[in-house]
Amino acid sequence: MRAQGPANPLRDPGDRRLPRIAGPCGLIMFGVTGDLARKKLMPAIYDLANRGLLPPSFALVGFARRDWDDEDFSAIVEENVKLHARTPFRQDVWNQLAEGMRFVAGEFTDDQAYVQLSEVMTELDLQRGTHGNHAFYLSIPPKFFPIVVEKLKNSGLSESAPGSWRRVIIEKPFGHDLDSAQELNRVVAEVFPPRSVFRIDHYLGKETVQNLLAMRFANTLYEPIWNSHYVDHVQITMAEDIGIGSRAGYYDGIGAARDVVQNHLMQLLALTAMEEPVSFEAEQIRLEKEKILSAVMIPKDLGRHTVRGQYAAGWQGGEEVKGYLEEDGIPADSKTDTYAAIKLEIDSRRWAGVPFYLRTGKRLGRRVTEIAVVFKRAPHLPFTATDTEELGANALVIRVQPDEGITTKFGSKVPGTQMEVRDVTMDFAYGDSFTESSPEAYERLILDVLLGDPPLFPRHQEVERSWEILDPILNYWDTHGKPEQYESGTWGPSAADEMLARDGRTWRRP
Amino acid sequence: MTLRIENTNSSAVNAAISSERHRLGASATGMVLTLVIVTDEQHQSEAARAATYSANQHPCRILVVIPRPGRGKPILDAEINVGDRDGPGETIKLRLKGPLANHQASVVLPLLLPDTPVVAWWPGAAPSHISSDQIGSLAWRRITDAASASRPMAALSSRAATYEAGDTDLTWTRTTPWRSMLATALDEPFAKITSAQVSAQRGNASAALLATWLHSRLHVPVTLKFNRGPGITDVCLETSAGPITLSRPDGSMATLSKPGTPTQRIPLPRRELRDLLSEELRRLDADEIYESALEHVSEVLAPAKGKKSTPTPKESS
Repeated sequence: MRAQGPANPLRDPGDRRLPRIAGPCGLIMFGVTGDLARKKLMPAIYDLANRGLLPPSFALVGFARRDWDDEDFSAIVEENVKLHARTPFRQDVWNQLAEGMRFVAGEFTDDQAYVQLSEVMTELDLQRGTHGNHAFYLSIPPKFFPIVVEKLKNSGLSESAPGSWRRVIIEKPFGHDLDSAQELNRVVAEVFPPRSVFRIDHYLGKETVQNLLAMRFANTLYEPIWNSHYVDHVQITMAEDIGIGSRAGYYDGIGAARDVVQNHLMQLLALTAMEEPVSFEAEQIRLEKEKILSAVMIPKDLGRHTVRGQYAAGWQGGEEVKGYLEEDGIPADSKTDTYAAIKLEIDSRRWAGVPFYLRTGKRLGRRVTEIAVVFKRAPHLPFTATDTEELGANALVIRVQPDEGITTKFGSKVPGTQMEVRDVTMDFAYGDSFTESSPEAYERLILDVLLGDPPLFPRHQEVERSWEILDPILNYWDTHGKPEQYESGTWGPSAADEMLARDGRTWRRP
Repeated sequence: MTLRIENTNSSAVNAAISSERHRLGASATGMVLTLVIVTDEQHQSEAARAATYSANQHPCRILVVIPRPGRGKPILDAEINVGDRDGPGETIKLRLKGPLANHQASVVLPLLLPDTPVVAWWPGAAPSHISSDQIGSLAWRRITDAASASRPMAALSSRAATYEAGDTDLTWTRTTPWRSMLATALDEPFAKITSAQVSAQRGNASAALLATWLHSRLHVPVTLKFNRGPGITDVCLETSAGPITLSRPDGSMATLSKPGTPTQRIPLPRRELRDLLSEELRRLDADEIYESALEHVSEVLAPAKGKKSTPTPKESS
């Protein structure tokens, strides 16, 4: 939302060469030392500048409890950019960007620091030309949200003059259950109107995830079979090969379900299952996502249709690794899940009777995120049983990471004289070859925040609905038993295989 | 690995491509177009490299057609590269010797990817009427580069005279960073624009297109001035509140000044061939903005006297 003036005569809707460059603005980063800030945010900002998508007046302000001055901060940013940026480092681009960098040293609770921040923002408006447009990126532990948001309000920084904007960007976790999520929303909503709040789920910035919408709705091919008449079940998997590393402080007590299922996997489920929006405007997409999420049902018997696990010691891809309970900082009696598998159903005409199996885990076979739509077997096969012994079910798999792309699995005749049929997979990869020029998810999302373009950001209704779905499961787990151990490097606890076997199905090995 | 076959025909080339694919175990490929590059020995290597780079964003089959007219028998030699370290897709270099040099379409037609758009590119010399050229008529989009001619302005005039929907020229692509920065400058409120001026190195055809574009969008008189360059050096929009200028004296870093705003510095480098090509391959439909900029370019190059019409761009030095 930029300042309104007469329509720009140099822009023509038919002129599609001109990229959408953000208007004059600045980004204030609360929390500059975390992994996310260093490895994703700072490089994304540089890459956007290098691609010519940031305005020349762009300013970056760091706010943290460090004894730095402006130069120290920009040196840190430069170091991280050189290490992690996607596009080549160019000194002239860097110099221009560095001229707009400032640092405010202070505690999140310190009123004086906010006064100083306000002065810096005013100076940037006047000297650099940010025009009063500022986005606050809260890359901070959740416990600090309420205080930072309140200070922003009290210092007047959350208010924008007419013709300019103030936005807030928050990262997951959005609360840790329904009540805390609602409380967080309330705290933020008191200070920023809903259209100024941008919740980042970085999966939604990924090329393949957006391609899911293109694939479903731009083609005739898939829509007719995308329903319970043809689909047997859907498996959504997010597997990591790493353990918790040094993040015990964050992870213990949170667990895989809160960390991944509540946000990423629910979003992927929504995009896979939603009805077609009437247009790709943000509002229309959100309506469909909220609608489908409102129809999601959890199983009645949570004991039989949900599973949680904890990784035990083992060998991961050739390296010997510790179990979760042996990691630094993890108590020996921790019941935190590092693996979660849940069966969900959707109470709609399109999806009635089609289970959606969501699973995520650490220290699994390999790092992969995919959505597998598995189809029913043909009702009658004109082949003999032996000829089709090796024929599985057709599947359409959207590979979100790595190797972004789509796989189609179908039956084909084995070359030779007999009619034997087996599965063949056809991979369409625009992953590896495109990664060179495919923007990183954060570039896309940050640019969208600066442009004020929200289709890829979940609104609080989606966040709360996702918690409503998950809360009963988390409560059940708290009061029933503990996670089953699974060996690191395998695909999860045996209980998960049993969960699907009960339904006559098996997990795909991704 | 490059497979070379000499004295062959298109059918054998097709078979060789299939067997190379098979040997590498590549099954499905997601190709979006066939790029036919018509060039000469001198320029083919650079053009092929730019195309391979673009294939990272737009996976395609690249056919490099190198006519080698002369006496002797008609011979087709082919070099086939299926997926190498530089990029995905396939690159096939075809040398058409002797009389075959005039029958490019016969060689190329069987090698076009089925049911997929064709883009033709002449990095250097191009036929005078590209849409009716034997390769041009196979193509949905035709890319030329007036800047590679010895007289770029004359080449651009010739493009203007023979324009058909689907034509484009890299001199237009080179204006994109300028146009996008100028458009951004006008995203904020601005005073009424009364005239404009574009300054560039003598003979720079992109400057002419930039001038005609500004004229067609802003409906004000636009002057074209020449200097030593490099490339385009300045664009100035005169407004009732003072000038908006975008100035790039060194070919790399630009300064944007607007009344009432601090001067800003922006990188505005002169782009490499591979980035220009990638931009061109991004859209396959006709570029109407280019068409309207091209329409008036001949007026810039040969100002008509006694013309009664709304102010036209005029050349001054």
